[in-house]
Amino acid sequence: MYRIGIDVGGTNTDAVIMDGEKLILGVKSPTTQDVTSGIVASLTQVLADSEIATDQIGAVMIGTTHFTNAVVERRRLSKTAAVRLCLPAAECLPPMVDWPDDIRETVGGHYWMAKGGNEFDGREISALDEDELKGIAEAIGKQSIDTIAICSVFSPVNDEMERKARDILAARLPDANFTLSSEIGRLGILERENAAIMNASLRALSAETVEAFGKALESAGLSCPCFITQNDGTLMSAEFVRAYPVLTFASGPTNSMRGASFLTGEENAVVVDVGGTSTDVGSIIKGFPRQASTSVDIGGVRTNFRMPDVFSFALGGGTIIKPEEDQPIGPQSVGYRIHTEGLVFGGKTLTATDVAVGLGMADIGDREPAGSLGKTLLSKMYAIMDEMIVNGVERVRVSPDKIPVLAVGGGSILMQDQVGELPVIKPENFAVANAVGAAIGQISGEVDRIFSLDKTSRDEALETAREEATQKAIAAGAKPDSIEVLDQEDVPLAYLPGNATRIHLKVVGDLDG
Amino acid sequence: MASLTQVLDADLDAIEVGSGILGTGGGGNPYIGKLRCREELRKGRRIDVIPLAELDDDALVVSLGGIGAPVVGVEKIEQGEECLRALRALEQELGHKIDATISSEIGGANSMEPMLTAAQAGIPVVDGDGMGRAFPEMQMCTWSIYGHQSFPSAMADEKGNIVIFRQTASEVWLERLARSCVVTMGAAAGIALAPMRGSFIKQFAIPDTLTQAWSLGKAVFEAQAENRDPIAAILEHEDGRLLMTAKIVDLKRHLKGGFAVGEVKLEGFGNFAGETGLIDLQNEFLVFRRNGEMEICVPDLIVVLDSDTGLPITTEVLRYGQRVAILALPCHDLLRSEQALEVIGPAAFGYPDLTYSPLPRTSEREAAQ
Repeated sequence: MYRIGIDVGGTNTDAVIMDGEKLILGVKSPTTQDVTSGIVASLTQVLADSEIATDQIGAVMIGTTHFTNAVVERRRLSKTAAVRLCLPAAECLPPMVDWPDDIRETVGGHYWMAKGGNEFDGREISALDEDELKGIAEAIGKQSIDTIAICSVFSPVNDEMERKARDILAARLPDANFTLSSEIGRLGILERENAAIMNASLRALSAETVEAFGKALESAGLSCPCFITQNDGTLMSAEFVRAYPVLTFASGPTNSMRGASFLTGEENAVVVDVGGTSTDVGSIIKGFPRQASTSVDIGGVRTNFRMPDVFSFALGGGTIIKPEEDQPIGPQSVGYRIHTEGLVFGGKTLTATDVAVGLGMADIGDREPAGSLGKTLLSKMYAIMDEMIVNGVERVRVSPDKIPVLAVGGGSILMQDQVGELPVIKPENFAVANAVGAAIGQISGEVDRIFSLDKTSRDEALETAREEATQKAIAAGAKPDSIEVLDQEDVPLAYLPGNATRIHLKVVGDLDG
Repeated sequence: MASLTQVLDADLDAIEVGSGILGTGGGGNPYIGKLRCREELRKGRRIDVIPLAELDDDALVVSLGGIGAPVVGVEKIEQGEECLRALRALEQELGHKIDATISSEIGGANSMEPMLTAAQAGIPVVDGDGMGRAFPEMQMCTWSIYGHQSFPSAMADEKGNIVIFRQTASEVWLERLARSCVVTMGAAAGIALAPMRGSFIKQFAIPDTLTQAWSLGKAVFEAQAENRDPIAAILEHEDGRLLMTAKIVDLKRHLKGGFAVGEVKLEGFGNFAGETGLIDLQNEFLVFRRNGEMEICVPDLIVVLDSDTGLPITTEVLRYGQRVAILALPCHDLLRSEQALEVIGPAAFGYPDLTYSPLPRTSEREAAQ
């Protein structure tokens, strides 16, 4: 069976068709306002160009920035009720306390704090109060809110209170949908709660989007399952995304990096994605992006998702060069107007692309206007650009090993065959790396919580975590015998009596079927 | 330098950055404390700052802050008035009103709690602290070093429990008893230590450190906004020395006795190309060696900054390949006495062979010429 990978970007919707490990072909078509018709167009074209019958397609994988954009642009977010189980703790910082005003207003800013929550070792902070929750259900009903996020203190250690509270509220609000923080986030209550509230506010949009994706597949004559990529590069079923849209955040850079790794066969490398305006650099370890250790802002809201650690700087194919200035490279760019404004295209603006062409590094348009500026000046400009790239690569490099640099993106003509001491590989089909990254997605299972080592050994705790993560992966559709540990980390907790450790463990496996 | 007399919302970000720099890689994250201060201000409360010189000699000043495990503090946030309840319990125990709060540690998270508790109690926070930086243990502050005995002290949790430590055999015993008590309370609580007299504080607190953190943070923001080098701004502000601009080429970290211990290997670039550096850490950065020779050690401050933004890098987010600037900032003279060095000098951190040689200030360098 074949797989189709789709990347719905801001400008283009790309589609690739793959036979196992082999890329058959890729196509690009413009992203449309309604998203669906752009997807239908690429699906139809990729099927027609490859001459593969629709019943030969086993699965379609979609990567989308739709939900991130909704948050960033404060569009299509539903009014949400945030319920935190914590009292008497955490009263001083209510839900959404550090959100920008405009997005807090967009989701309504409604919150309730109630008794409940657990200690780090599982004891209760206070017992759940059913009458209190009934009162909250009534208040939420009066506000006509049907989207609810529930967050309990230490729910990554024990999620029972969040589930009980949901049942109590659901009995009185039968039409409401619920997001439990323990299902999407990890330790760090403000960040996890933020993610839960954002997720809740995206539920209406996700229901609509998942339906649109389904219709797009149907219109293209496909009846296979549809998956959507999440921020770590693994897959979720479309039905799962309906409930957890927030998990798609940052899947774009992840797919691009994983696609570059796949296209070159390099599992440990630095990926440099040079666009028209800026360059993104990230590290790939064992085929997956290295993740950032700090908190990540999405549209001004702090979260603690595991996002790829990407360093961006203002250098792209369209970057404007002003040789007479102290800092001659950018940061302004002519962007997509390079096809009319760049010297090689007969325009009047000296850009990074013109420098590369003038030096004979690439053959695009008319070399003469840039070439006439002289080799000395062009080489001087190029040296500064090269230093920016070397600096970026050095920032994300994770070891002294001579790993390769994978160059992707339309602006990668700016790169020579060496960055500092590291060799550069430019894969064929680099333009559809994102869609390839979606198509090769695997299924994951993850555990991140505190284990007490009073009655068990560290090895037993790791084994328990591995088993839990494996069960989650199988439940999400992974082939049991293909599952392996991708990432494992245990951190003994400072200033606590020696017996608590926080284990983060992730397994991945191939999609079953 | 203008003194900070009242902390407004707009000052909090600067204090956060300044106290992060003075945290020398440790001290915990001041983010949650900053949000809590902001909430107090939004409720209409005031954070008034009193300079040491304006304290009455017989004023009662309490050093207070959060106690517990940092990882718990980001999950079970305080109810909000733990330290206030501990402070009130002390007043009741002693039969005297407390006149001001003070931070025991300006570096990192403990810079914030004394400000917000002062706002709640309607008293000022003192412009000073007990370290001028961050250290891993309570008894490493100047008042413990110079003879203050922290009893009676009071601890409060979010549930309404208050514990008074009426008498403790030593500062180390207080730390021990408080630690086991806080675990039972759920690993996050507020503690108010026995009050000190204004006359003692004037003599033994590190002066003006709240103002220092604030104006240091402002210097960084202003440099960034004007596209000037923030590192140069920090050096000028703190009378410090640039030790090296370098890339991290190796990193070892592990947990030992509850502390994060490790070393960072550096390879110089720019003006420092060809040199190597090594930093030892134990929650905070302790020792800097150039080409194998010890150059700077505790109690002087070793600060690691992102070489582009000038923002501080804490020990937990260090990693291979980072380009950093290493700065040495002179510590206050109160930390340089023989008495102080016994508690916070290199020997106290397990380096009996190293001899502390104070980083000269500009005035001292000029006088020597």
